[in-house]
Amino acid sequence: MNRYLIPLAVFALVVVVFAIGIAEAPRKDLVPSPLIGKEVPNFSLPSLTDPTQEVSSKQLLGHWYLFNVWGTWCVSCRMEHPELLQIAHSGAVPIIGLDWKDSRAEALEFLKKEGDPYQRIAVDRKGNEAIRWGVYGAPETFVVNPKGIIVYKYIGPITPQAWVQNILPHLPAPQTASAGS
Amino acid sequence: MIPELGEFALILALVLAALQGFFGIAGPALKRERWTAAVTPAVAGQFVMVATSMGCLMTSFIDNDFSVRYVVENSNSALPVFYRIAGVWGAHAGSLLLWIFLLGAWTVAAAFGTSRLPREFAARVLGVLGVISFGFLLYTLTTSNPFIRLDPPWPDGQGLNPILQDPGLAAHPPILYTGYVGLAVAFAFAGAALLEGRLDREWARWTRPWTTAAWAFLTCGITLGSWWAYYTLGWGGFWFWDPVENASLMPWLMATALIHSLAVTEKRGLFKSWTLLLAVLGFSLSLLGTFLVRSGVLISVHSFAVSPSRGEFILTFLVIMIGAALALYAWRAPQLKSEAGFELTARESFLLFNNILLVTACGTVFVGEIAPIIYTALGFGKLSVGPPYFNPTFLLSMLPLLALVSLGVHSRWKRGGFGDRGKTLILTLAAAAVIGCGVMFGVFSGGGVLAAAGMTLGVWIVLSSLVDPIIRLRRRIRIPRSVLGMTIAHIGLGIFVFSLTAVQGFTTEHDVAMPIGGVTQAGAYTFQFEGVNRLQGSDYGGVSATLLVTRHGEPVAVMHPEKRDYWVQHIVTTHSAIDMFDGSNILVALGQDLGDGRWSLRIQVRPLVTYMWIAALIMAAGGMLAISDRRYRIAAETVEEPATAAARGKA
Repeated sequence: MNRYLIPLAVFALVVVVFAIGIAEAPRKDLVPSPLIGKEVPNFSLPSLTDPTQEVSSKQLLGHWYLFNVWGTWCVSCRMEHPELLQIAHSGAVPIIGLDWKDSRAEALEFLKKEGDPYQRIAVDRKGNEAIRWGVYGAPETFVVNPKGIIVYKYIGPITPQAWVQNILPHLPAPQTASAGS
Repeated sequence: MIPELGEFALILALVLAALQGFFGIAGPALKRERWTAAVTPAVAGQFVMVATSMGCLMTSFIDNDFSVRYVVENSNSALPVFYRIAGVWGAHAGSLLLWIFLLGAWTVAAAFGTSRLPREFAARVLGVLGVISFGFLLYTLTTSNPFIRLDPPWPDGQGLNPILQDPGLAAHPPILYTGYVGLAVAFAFAGAALLEGRLDREWARWTRPWTTAAWAFLTCGITLGSWWAYYTLGWGGFWFWDPVENASLMPWLMATALIHSLAVTEKRGLFKSWTLLLAVLGFSLSLLGTFLVRSGVLISVHSFAVSPSRGEFILTFLVIMIGAALALYAWRAPQLKSEAGFELTARESFLLFNNILLVTACGTVFVGEIAPIIYTALGFGKLSVGPPYFNPTFLLSMLPLLALVSLGVHSRWKRGGFGDRGKTLILTLAAAAVIGCGVMFGVFSGGGVLAAAGMTLGVWIVLSSLVDPIIRLRRRIRIPRSVLGMTIAHIGLGIFVFSLTAVQGFTTEHDVAMPIGGVTQAGAYTFQFEGVNRLQGSDYGGVSATLLVTRHGEPVAVMHPEKRDYWVQHIVTTHSAIDMFDGSNILVALGQDLGDGRWSLRIQVRPLVTYMWIAALIMAAGGMLAISDRRYRIAAETVEEPATAAARGKA
């Protein structure tokens, strides 16, 4: 055995691993959020639509909901917006928004123009709340159960396909899920 | 018009890169003089085209051309011009173009730098670089074209991700990329040597400045990124073992190893095949970094919008480039014979240990990096590898490495032993232990074995690096810039180790409930809570606390952490007070009003954190100084080998 062949052999192995990695990549959930299976971070934030009101984790207990991190500056969020409207319209599950590092005026303007899929929207202007949720980049969507436990996290824009294949299976059967909306 | 011009220029660049690659490799191989001579014009043409393309994209950004999709996605007419330019590399397609542009710039530099070298060798170097350019140009044009138009154009852009609107964004990627791409030159030199089947000590001397330059840029880029994350993003740390951070650390470790093994190859004609392998692996790892970031195989803070087709392309490209290089290596390397042997305690041995330990460190990072992929591939489910794995394993190879630095610097080539330096080494070690432990107990009052070791090693590296320059100064011997550069880089390393130990070992953070007038202690600092005042801003109200900070009874600062309430948005924000003393970072954040005049406060003291970044920049500066040494600019024939080889202290 020629010892100078060892690097090539190791490289071949690495390539095989990466090839498998790519095949798995579209699932986008290789590194799950460490928060899955844990309670949502305790939060109480001002509401986007009415700053005198607050959106808190306590109010949301008892219902299934999607926690969607977005911002008007985020292109992918604009991409998933029609799908969010679709989900909201279907009444499958209420969507709670976290308006991340955004300007209030722009966010309201955007929702007025494009439609508002959110049941409530919390404001995280400085980005501190998103850090507590372990958000890497918008959009990210968390599925939260009535006990306030995060059961799933989806990274990237929700496409109709992602909704059916990735998110819907984590929600209960339709009749119980729609109870919250 | 301009975007079309940019795209057209990019297509021309692709054609020219193909010619550059073909003529550069086939010309010397088939002994066709004319082909070989055509390489340099192809390099020039390719760079002009790439620069034109880059200029076109920048123009589209500056002119707010919202008919270009990439501009719409990454800019906005309200952005200042500075961030519009930075927006060019704000996302995937543009940063690839930046990559290609920098590769072109390095290639032009290499064309000038190799003009005095044997023509066939120079052509091969440029040929290998041409193949790399070709791959990346093809990648950009087929999967990530930044010039795609939108019809109809958008009225305005969607703006740049606010997280990226910082001077750090403008500087971090270009500098880091300059380092990544610079390793391509070392790779090309290795490729040319492999194609030629010949490698001598001259080759190592030619390759050294390029490697050191790339290494220095890589060092600066990583430092800047870490600094940016700490200050601007406020992530509360400076290194997270994030996949993309690792992707920059691995080539850095390899480049560091390569710099040292090149020294041995040049001085002693040893480690030839090993040096070649390191040169190939260094650039391979920077390609791999690109692959990991772009393919979505690993999710990271730095992930761009991912698409599997991009990943497949890079993987194919990796297989062709690295696979070819390694196959060539397996074929040619056995023919490269070492010119001499050496004793166990010779400098050659220490540099060999240096290499083994650096490569081991790189290997452990690599394993941690790809373990999640393997784990999933084997069907075991998900795995997340973090600091609990990286910190101890990395330390395991780094501690012995640091312990060997001083010994290596003072050991002699070939014969081994330390000569009259043995005593000096023991003295400096003793002094370092006294200073290190003195600082530990005196300033930070306490600490474990690891902290003591870190502090001692840091001081030892600095002290022992100073010995040689002091002796030379006394005897009035001129210090060559390459030696001075090495010394400075090693001193930088020592300072880095010292401050890193302080940060890791003596950072204090606690949340306290303080009554007005209360006193608390954090690190060497005493915080006295003076009280709170009402705040009245233009669009916000709130409270501002006053804390008197003293150290050893001496007042050092008055800090004002604030809690603001913006009327309009009704958003409560916390403005931490951050202050720096002697390089330490103190942070005070005001929490809740607990009633009865008591407030909750978070106090954090990170000692010497600033010095860590300064030290890293000192290392890079040392590298840059070493490159400016005259000996790297002398043409092949006129090098005065015996004189320099006899001089001590060169590594």
